[in-house]
Amino acid sequence: MTVTEDRPAAATGEIGRDRRRKEDQRLITGRTRWTDNIQLTGMLHMAMVRSPFAHAKIVSIDTSAAKAATNVVDVYTGADLGESQGVLINAWPITPDQKTPVHLPMPADRVAFAGEIVAAVVARTAAEARDAAELVDVEYEELPAALDMKEALRDEVLAHPDLGSNKSALWVFDSAEAGTGGNVDDAIAAARTDGVVVEREFRQNRLIPAFMEPRSTVVDPTGEQNVMYSATQVPHILRFALAATTGVPESKIRVVAPDVGGGFGGKLQVTPEEWLTWCIARRLGKPLKYTETRSESLMAAHHGRDQWQKLTMAADKDGTLTGFKIELTADLGAYVAVVGGGVPVLGAFMFNAIYKIPAYHFACQTVLTNKTWVDAYRGAGRPEATFGVERMMDELAHELGMDPMEVRRKNWIRHDEFPYTTVSGLEYDTGNYEAATEEAMASFGYDELRAEQQRRRESGDRVQLGIGISTFTEMCGLAPSRVLGSLDYGAGGWENASIRMLATGSVEVTTGASAHGQGHETAFSQIVADRLGVPFESVEILHGDTQVASKGLDTYGSRSLTVGGEALVKAADKVIEKAKPVAAHLLEANVDDIEFEAGTFSVRGTDQGISIADVAGAVFVAHNLPEGMEPSIDADATYDPVNFSFPHGTHLCAAEVDTETGAIKLRKYTCVDDIGNVINPLIVAGQVHGGLVQGIAQALFEDAVFDDAGTLVSASFVDYLVPTAADMISFDVHHRSTPSLTNTLGTKGVGEAGTIASTPAVVNAIVDAVRHFGVNDIVMPCTPERVWRAINGSGAGGADPTTGDAMPHFDAEGEQA
Amino acid sequence: MTRISLTVDGASVSEDVEPRMLLVQFLREKLGKTGTVVGCDTSNCGACTVHLDGHSVKSCNVLAVQAEGSEVTTIEGLARDGELHPVQQAFHECHALQCGYCTPGMIMQSVDLLNDNPKPTEEEIRVGLEGNLCRCTGYHNIVRAVQTASGQEVNAS
Ligand code: FES
Ligand code: FES
Repeated sequence: MTVTEDRPAAATGEIGRDRRRKEDQRLITGRTRWTDNIQLTGMLHMAMVRSPFAHAKIVSIDTSAAKAATNVVDVYTGADLGESQGVLINAWPITPDQKTPVHLPMPADRVAFAGEIVAAVVARTAAEARDAAELVDVEYEELPAALDMKEALRDEVLAHPDLGSNKSALWVFDSAEAGTGGNVDDAIAAARTDGVVVEREFRQNRLIPAFMEPRSTVVDPTGEQNVMYSATQVPHILRFALAATTGVPESKIRVVAPDVGGGFGGKLQVTPEEWLTWCIARRLGKPLKYTETRSESLMAAHHGRDQWQKLTMAADKDGTLTGFKIELTADLGAYVAVVGGGVPVLGAFMFNAIYKIPAYHFACQTVLTNKTWVDAYRGAGRPEATFGVERMMDELAHELGMDPMEVRRKNWIRHDEFPYTTVSGLEYDTGNYEAATEEAMASFGYDELRAEQQRRRESGDRVQLGIGISTFTEMCGLAPSRVLGSLDYGAGGWENASIRMLATGSVEVTTGASAHGQGHETAFSQIVADRLGVPFESVEILHGDTQVASKGLDTYGSRSLTVGGEALVKAADKVIEKAKPVAAHLLEANVDDIEFEAGTFSVRGTDQGISIADVAGAVFVAHNLPEGMEPSIDADATYDPVNFSFPHGTHLCAAEVDTETGAIKLRKYTCVDDIGNVINPLIVAGQVHGGLVQGIAQALFEDAVFDDAGTLVSASFVDYLVPTAADMISFDVHHRSTPSLTNTLGTKGVGEAGTIASTPAVVNAIVDAVRHFGVNDIVMPCTPERVWRAINGSGAGGADPTTGDAMPHFDAEGEQA
Repeated sequence: MTRISLTVDGASVSEDVEPRMLLVQFLREKLGKTGTVVGCDTSNCGACTVHLDGHSVKSCNVLAVQAEGSEVTTIEGLARDGELHPVQQAFHECHALQCGYCTPGMIMQSVDLLNDNPKPTEEEIRVGLEGNLCRCTGYHNIVRAVQTASGQEVNAS
């Protein structure tokens, strides 16, 4: 057997150490358990037949040829399954009158986007199922499709005719009404005469999470408890939703998320594919597997972002902000997904970012269209908001002729002003924007790069340099349950952990957080090892199986560490408290004289002591325990956070733009993130690197492009441009630690920081490089063609942001978004 | 059905396969070598990378019958006698993986890259890995892992 070498355990603290990950060993040797690797005796395979049309009536489905094909077991349509297939839920109706179309896993009468499932073929092998799927003959009657979200607002073509409108919900927050600030329209009117008003409309391009492991589900219906293995971020939510919508008691359902190959929000969905595998496996009484192809994944797994942002910012002539008005239109796609309209609504609390804004108004109109559904993608609502406000700060600076950092400095919350209640009603506990910015500017070489920019501009260099800034914050640690309740979210935000002290000295820990690449097994081991004073190697973290870790709310929203980590601390503290009387009894001392440190209980003022592992052994045999004591020191804890945490950072990007070709080259990227106390700096840096690239990719490459029939044309990795190593540079990454005051460990969460901050930093840099050509916006992704058009267009390149296409070779078809 | 015989991770195997079966399907479905994974259907992602007679190939782009008589090495055959390959060790040491889905392909490609060019520059590493997608790491630490495995100085931060 191959062994991954670990450094010898240090006597001192685990927290803050750059431990190499426990989970690596199986991943680097190919002994991983992905869902698609699972083979069960007698297992059958399923393939889907999907609609090629964005909106159509299903006239008839002829399955006879498919049924007759080699080794085909059966073929199912929506009509065959009826209500037995269950229904897919939206957990967050953002308004009481939200229009929510019924979402069947496999509709019988009408399809609402290209890629929706109309038939499912079961065969003995995956290849035979796929072959037979080709033989299913579906007759469609095409219906007009609502595709462009702005046009859809006019309700001329309806995505779901029976709903009577495409407008799903309008969610509004107004600081004057909420009592958190003044009236924004008054502020804007005043600024029109005495100050400056900046108005812009930005496009948040539609993205695809594009996790590397395609989704896969295996259902084993044999035995009392039916088991679903699924490549999911949310095994607990999945179990709850299956029980709630299929009538199977929750206690009869076990959900396992084995090794999961990335999620980024893309696997927090409850999906038609899961529901159909569940329903059909149970019907057949046989284990059944469904694994999607990459093109199915890109077409039918939920997308992210996709907003228009109409923004109005008002300020005094000296640059002091007086008001900010945000009007969003957000495309939900064909169905309201599990978080759905809640994603853009999260932006309501983040558009004010790190700034002191006296008057604020946020309105979000969600729209149904005949496109792939939209839900959380890394950052979920917060990257969109950060993009909007950070682009606007640059635009404001330009309008005033000020340095963009100066405008930010003038308006941000100073470190001595915390705790600070923002205009959107959140209380920021800590932060130090000045210090993070100073460190970032020094490491970046801000002044030298500005000087170089000046030289290039003066000499009329073909290659122009731009500098982009993004000073961001985010809300992590989703979420205090009462806050979720006040927003009508359908669940709480707590997390659970349990600790089992095994007789032989090792420690088994379960967590309701469900990892898919974040390194929980390592970071959580460090936390428990430190708290209990046991070796890192003795701690085993178990997760992702509802039978093992029965309680939990899974992993999303950078919540695992701030909420799940805190639950671990609380459970460990309970173990220690339970063990104390046993230690006192064994040491023949008074329990009040017992101290616990570094894994040992000792009697104050003596050299007598007993290790926690020995106490666990004594409790296991239970021969000699205090009178009446239950023979267990195991404990569990459920923690509900009291507040969000607010990591922040300053990101600086230098980009070169070739003004003759529009080509962009990243020159330098520096970030200083204040993420509170760090459990494992190696894992943190990795999260930042990956996040940066996803954010940069939104700015430069990625775009879910539909043609005018509503077909996703970027439905493979040939056209959906996930960046490669050759497209990227190395990053200059630093951390600072102002401990969060909202949890014991002082952590703030880091999973989404890079993605949130980097997109506006890159676009600000590109616009900065070509602003002297009269450019004040370039629509994302900023392809060379779009940059070139902006430079050579009639005046401002952003004046007509709807022209130009990510994929020049699709121009004949012409995407109009 | 066609009978093929080949060596996979040092073991001789012989099977009847359909002529259309891909090498990756053969490895996963017939041999249970599930360390090698599939990430796309257009030969873009590189997750399925293995060595065929000592050179990296995308095993979704090779038919099983084409491997007749060849020697195939997968991620599962890279470590020898309980010793991780230096590239595996470097991926672990440099935190060059998160979810790990791209990792088998990334490691096999990196090994091939270093066989061809034992002391690559950062630029050469980036270009050499262009056919392998990773969604988690941003490539930053993958580049450092390859530098480390090559015995070269690693760039700071
Ligand atoms: S599976 Fe993507 S390249 Fe082979
Ligand atoms: S580590 Fe997740 S795709 Fe590379």
